[in-house]
Amino acid sequence: MHWLSLIRPGDWLMMLAGLATVGGSIPIFWQGGLADRAIIRQEGKVFAEVDLRSRKQFEVGGPLGTTLIAVEPGRARIVSDPGPRQYCVRQGWLMRPGEIAICAPNRVSLQIAGRTKVYDSISY
Amino acid sequence: MTQSVIELAVTDQDRRVAWLATAAVALSLVDAAIPSPLPGVKPGLANIVTLVVLTRYGWGTAVWVSGLRVLAGSLLLGFFLAPGFFLSLTGTTLSLLTLGLARHLPARWFGPVSLSILAAFAHIGGQLLLARAWLIPHDGVFLLTPVFAGAALVFGTINGLIAAKLLAEPEPAETTHV
Repeated sequence: MHWLSLIRPGDWLMMLAGLATVGGSIPIFWQGGLADRAIIRQEGKVFAEVDLRSRKQFEVGGPLGTTLIAVEPGRARIVSDPGPRQYCVRQGWLMRPGEIAICAPNRVSLQIAGRTKVYDSISY
Repeated sequence: MTQSVIELAVTDQDRRVAWLATAAVALSLVDAAIPSPLPGVKPGLANIVTLVVLTRYGWGTAVWVSGLRVLAGSLLLGFFLAPGFFLSLTGTTLSLLTLGLARHLPARWFGPVSLSILAAFAHIGGQLLLARAWLIPHDGVFLLTPVFAGAALVFGTINGLIAAKLLAEPEPAETTHV
């Protein structure tokens, strides 16, 4: 194959180095790995910790009423909430580690967690 | 014909740069016409011209050809001085600087494919850094880095192979252009 003859020995090395760069960049930039748990909190305390491979519905009681949460394989969302502005419902499906939907008026939050902890912010 | 006050002496080098830049601009237009799934993921066909020019005529000519390509290409595509122009300029500047260093690699071992891969990585690296510093000041920009790096590797290799193929053919006679 004459195209192969155009590649010099160092070019192969360069391609390997390029592949290593691409491979190495994945864990650096896609940290937190895959989403594998959903953590539901009420009043700041953990209400339930669910494996994201299951399919479940949760009803969480708060000062305003009941917040309905749906967990599906790989994703979770707040289906309904008695809060006035519905911010947490409008966030839709949460899929990536570190994503969080907070229904502040009803004091309920839903967070996605991966294997490693992802920080929102770090200060020194 | 009216006698011009200013006489511009056009050298062979000027003509060569103009022709090569034209070829590069044409390839930029082809590039822009190819639909891309993600902004930023482009074949970068014009870099084939840059690589051939670098090897045949040296770094200085490559800088001229690339610079004119960015300028004329952005004017033709209508994004002159828009954010895309500065992204293009930063990417091109960084890849030219990288090529300036990389062309000193031993040619026996490292051919156009190596140069092309290095230039592609420098190009996307520069664009990401500018995007982070100016357009989207948030680290979320880097989320797609693995995708961009993968595209740089694939297109860098392909462009390098095409450049190597062109360079393997005998040099065209200079006078055919004029």
